[in-house]
Amino acid sequence: MIPELGHFSLIVALMLALVQGVLPIWGAARGNAVLMGVARPVAVGQFVFVALAFGCLAYAFLDNDFSVQYVAQNSNSHLPAQYRFAALWGGHEGSLLLWTFLLTVWTVAVAQFSKHLPQEMVARVIGVMGLVSVGFLLFMLFLSNPFLRLLPAAADGRDLNPLLQDPGMVIHPPMLYMGYVGFSVAFAFALSALIGGQLDATWARWSRPWTTVAWVFLTLGIALGSGWAYYELGWGGWWFWDPVENASFMPWLVGTGLVHSLAVTEKRGAFKSWTVLLAIGAFSLSLLGTFLVRSGVLTSVHAFTTDPQRGFFILALLFVVIGSSLLLYAWRAPKIGLGGKFELVSRETFLLLNNVLLSVAAATVFLGTLYPLFVEALSSGQRKLSVGPPYFEAVFLPVMVPMVLLMALGPIARWKQANLSDIWRRVRWVAAGSLVLAIALPFALGKWTPLIALGLLLAFWVMGTVLADLRRRMVRDGGLKTQSPSYFGMQLAHLGIAVFIIGVTLVKGYETERDVRMAPGDTVVAGGYTFRFDGVQETAGPNYQAMQGRVIVSKGDKTVAQLYPEKRNYMTSGMPMTEAAIDIGLFRDLYVSLGEPIPDSNGAWAVRVYHKPFVDWIWGGCILMALGGILALSDRRYRIHARKKQATESSSTGAAREKGASVVANRSKTA
Amino acid sequence: MKKLLLAALLSFVPLLAWAGEAKDLAEDPAVEKRMVALASNLRCLVCQNESLASSHAELAEDLRREVREQIRAGKSDKEITDYLVARYGDFVLYEPPMKSYTLVLWFGPFLFLFVGAGGLFYLMRKRRQSVTEPELTAEAQQRAAALLKDEEKQ
Amino acid sequence: MTRYVIIVLFLVLSVFLYIGLSHDNTVPSPLIGKPAPAFVLQQLHEPAKQFSPDSMKGKVWLFNLWASWCVSCREEHPVLMALSQHNIPPIKGLDDNQKTIVARINSSQLIVPIIGLDYKDKTPDAEAWLAKGGNPYLLNATDPEGRIGIDYGITGVPETFVIDKHGVIRYKEVGVVTLENLQRTILPLVAKLEQEP
Repeated sequence: MIPELGHFSLIVALMLALVQGVLPIWGAARGNAVLMGVARPVAVGQFVFVALAFGCLAYAFLDNDFSVQYVAQNSNSHLPAQYRFAALWGGHEGSLLLWTFLLTVWTVAVAQFSKHLPQEMVARVIGVMGLVSVGFLLFMLFLSNPFLRLLPAAADGRDLNPLLQDPGMVIHPPMLYMGYVGFSVAFAFALSALIGGQLDATWARWSRPWTTVAWVFLTLGIALGSGWAYYELGWGGWWFWDPVENASFMPWLVGTGLVHSLAVTEKRGAFKSWTVLLAIGAFSLSLLGTFLVRSGVLTSVHAFTTDPQRGFFILALLFVVIGSSLLLYAWRAPKIGLGGKFELVSRETFLLLNNVLLSVAAATVFLGTLYPLFVEALSSGQRKLSVGPPYFEAVFLPVMVPMVLLMALGPIARWKQANLSDIWRRVRWVAAGSLVLAIALPFALGKWTPLIALGLLLAFWVMGTVLADLRRRMVRDGGLKTQSPSYFGMQLAHLGIAVFIIGVTLVKGYETERDVRMAPGDTVVAGGYTFRFDGVQETAGPNYQAMQGRVIVSKGDKTVAQLYPEKRNYMTSGMPMTEAAIDIGLFRDLYVSLGEPIPDSNGAWAVRVYHKPFVDWIWGGCILMALGGILALSDRRYRIHARKKQATESSSTGAAREKGASVVANRSKTA
Repeated sequence: MKKLLLAALLSFVPLLAWAGEAKDLAEDPAVEKRMVALASNLRCLVCQNESLASSHAELAEDLRREVREQIRAGKSDKEITDYLVARYGDFVLYEPPMKSYTLVLWFGPFLFLFVGAGGLFYLMRKRRQSVTEPELTAEAQQRAAALLKDEEKQ
Repeated sequence: MTRYVIIVLFLVLSVFLYIGLSHDNTVPSPLIGKPAPAFVLQQLHEPAKQFSPDSMKGKVWLFNLWASWCVSCREEHPVLMALSQHNIPPIKGLDDNQKTIVARINSSQLIVPIIGLDYKDKTPDAEAWLAKGGNPYLLNATDPEGRIGIDYGITGVPETFVIDKHGVIRYKEVGVVTLENLQRTILPLVAKLEQEP
């Protein structure tokens, strides 16, 4: 009954989505207030029914209803409750439902927090999001129904892949999808502005918070995925440039460009074309990612399914969404206009350069990810190519280095017209200091390579310029209290990048690994720490049996950690799995994983130990970036107070600001 | 009685066995290190995108064994990768070789950079010629200034 | 102008993605057109004897890599038996050339020797397997450690090579030999190679 209810809810949701996608946009074109007014309530309605469907599927999982095929494929009665719930998005059909559900959540949020926007804009934005919903609901109902019955019902489910039975599974996909789907809001704003012909600073002001929130979610989602791979896979690796990883990185790169571009359009009315394209691009890349994971086009460990038929549908969806938005852009581009004027050396130029570099970076990742596909297609399947980490690392660095160098200068340059010697005067000591430190430090740490020095240089450069600017404002511009949260957000996010770079540089430069055979009592030394193996004992979990090792880590004569790595055997699937044990530290991780028992050796095991200096700075940096974004959001400019002025004066204010901003003496200080 | 005591004493011998420094799992750590370095950039051919170094598949283990033997036989890195490419094609390399059909791949990013930067400067120059500053009356200027000041207060 | 470039690029991309949907996971072999890698291995049924591909020069033959533990090999075994026993049921939709070739096989006018490579297997298991399912092979070479398999670029069993009179590999079938691919691709190629000097 419940699965059928869920199925039915999806059908109702589709009907509502069709109404939501068509009527308000038509109403906006005709100036019909009644039709436009349909947008908000119908959006809420669609949300209710998709939520209902989501709830029904969740119930089927939690209730162990193995007469539902999707539940039988992804769950098991011995699976702990939280993983039974998370298994909902463990497969293709359920993850689509999660996608659609989050889309309705975002739509309702837009409906709720848009009271100050003109009605046509709201109608169009909600309409566009409704149309995207239609695409996904059609896909689910015709080709990927999570509510299909399995008759006769399975006695028990096939179980969730043991690698996924982890807290990471509960949080990483929802976060990631919130980011992916969130870019649909910026996309919808861009399209509605194109349709309405009203692309100005106010449009950027409205789009910006939505885009930033989506960006924050995506940042956290990617970081979580990376951290999860690190501790789950047992090899201490955290990024493999796998096609699916790249599929999340590309929208992130473009999304970062978009966030910056919106800032310029908001402040100076400039870059409008670029901002619109980036908004279309970010969401298009999200959709492309959805396609890549489900179509079998590229080989990846993350692939959900490789059904070409489904692939065709998503490709069609992709084609329609992206194609129509690009056509719309091409048609309306001449009307967009240029906005404020600025000199060759100015903050605008730095930000524009930043956009170019981020786009180049995204294009590079795109090229590398899809190149095997191009080669295979052009050689009729005769030639197969692999493009892996060595390629990406080689080409990504030359693009990122200039970007990080320039990133420090952007906040210092003035709007409209800046002075190079001025800028140089402000940063020359930081430049000298970071250079000296970057060259000297690796010697102190024990190993010098050009890459380590380069990484340190970039990180110190960014940190130094951030701190220098903070100090300058503290001393000169009326103290730090008068700075806006937006400013602090920016500096925090940039600092996050520096922290990230330190993590990557130091862990890659200085990590140690020992792959040894250990009998009980044996010790091994790595990174100055002594690891002592105390043998294994049997233990069990809710749905697995395990051999649990005990490893005591000490430095000198002080015990630092007790680690319990496990070798698990999951009962249902019979799949073996290694559960590494990690001692997390601010300046290093100590990582132990069990290999295989060594036959005929009296209890000896193959054990792998790692000393990974500063590895948590990688994810720490990402968290700082996300916090920076959240801080920027808290700026009062985005707070929705009941500002009666805004609703009526928004369009005229926008135009006036554009003119005013370009003529009035520039205010360079506030971010 | 003495025999019993002796037996009791002897039973403690295993506990006194010297627990020492763990030996490397690999027979020859130098060879192993080089093998892992090579294998990290090679593809496991029967996996869904995993490196030859980290895969648990049987073919991967056989190929790792093969690489070790070749290292011991004194072959160079290039000879070993050539050996694998002769049998499995360029697909086995995670670093795409520089060949006629990978020129676009390797030079593409630099081309993008060039086009991007070049396009930027071209557009900038064109823009400076076409953007006209609107002339505001003194009254409009004041109004604009007030609006901006208002913004900053909030 | 840029906007039109973007649209064109997008269209090109869509075409590639569309083509990519018919991607399969087989690794194309770089050995095609090259001489079959040489080896000398023990024979399965007569361990005192050895086999080397050299000894097949002058003939067009199939080199089939298999193992007793391989589940898919069970699927292709009857097809290989049919070939060796000149008893192939013709499938529907063959063109005239293909039909003629099947007829020639079934009337023993065309004989295609099959040499097997027993890959990473145990001799008793292999012998038992052949005793049970029948032996379509002229003879079998044993590759207990899988080294020769690697020389032939093996990614799994079964795999089958078509080797010509000069010992050059002309085709590789990755996966099961079916009545389909046997009659549509493999046998016509064998017949063509037979005509060559």
